Amino acid sequence: MSAGKPYHREVTRTWWLRNPFFVRYMVREASSLFVLGYSLVLLRALWALSEGPATYAAFLAALGSPWAIALHTLALLMVGYHAVTFLAMAPQTMRLEWRGRKVANTTIVAVEYAALVAVCGIVAAAFGVL
Amino acid sequence: MRRYQRSHEPVVWSLFGAGGMVAAFLLPVLILFSGVLMPLGVVDSTALSFDRARGFAGHWLGGLLVFSVISLSTWHAMHRIFHSLNDLKIGARRLRFMICYGCAACITLGAGVLVLTLQ
Repeated sequence: MSAGKPYHREVTRTWWLRNPFFVRYMVREASSLFVLGYSLVLLRALWALSEGPATYAAFLAALGSPWAIALHTLALLMVGYHAVTFLAMAPQTMRLEWRGRKVANTTIVAVEYAALVAVCGIVAAAFGVL
Repeated sequence: MRRYQRSHEPVVWSLFGAGGMVAAFLLPVLILFSGVLMPLGVVDSTALSFDRARGFAGHWLGGLLVFSVISLSTWHAMHRIFHSLNDLKIGARRLRFMICYGCAACITLGAGVLVLTLQ
């Protein structure tokens, strides 16, 4: 008596192209590359700072090139999408209670956006805006 | 008695979660100001002058902040890249693990050393 050969559904490399939901998921995953890229830019800035004023000036000049501005604009869009989806996910990854009652998902997201506005305000103030 | 192999997931997930907060709250506005508005001349470039940036990263609190932003967002991104490569069926699991988290560890070490030399 044979149990038969178990059915094993083959996973292709392009499985995510069949459904727009999975395409959005993959775009979101790709945005991680820009998060990594920007942390490398920050690491590069830190290295330039440790080397001295001349190296740091060259780093700032490189930030002003058209390619750098275009890449940073793309990074802003991708990391922005990464951030918006991360904030939207928070109610699903944590369950908060306040006085024995579950905090509404919309409240959690609203508090996150209030904190985001505060952080943006601090950074804007550091850059001399506000 | 059966011995269970411990998963690496809780450790990297905590770093991933903390990094996600940093990436969501700080990175977009940092990219906007330092990478777009300042190079375009909308914002004054004295904000990132050598003395100011050196003073910020050279202070223990500023240095800790810069180190945390770099290392945590790297761990966050590498964790997702590790799982996306699996989704795309690229590389053996062990190899992906070594490359992704190995790079994250190296970047963390590099950022730590640089911040310490600036103190």
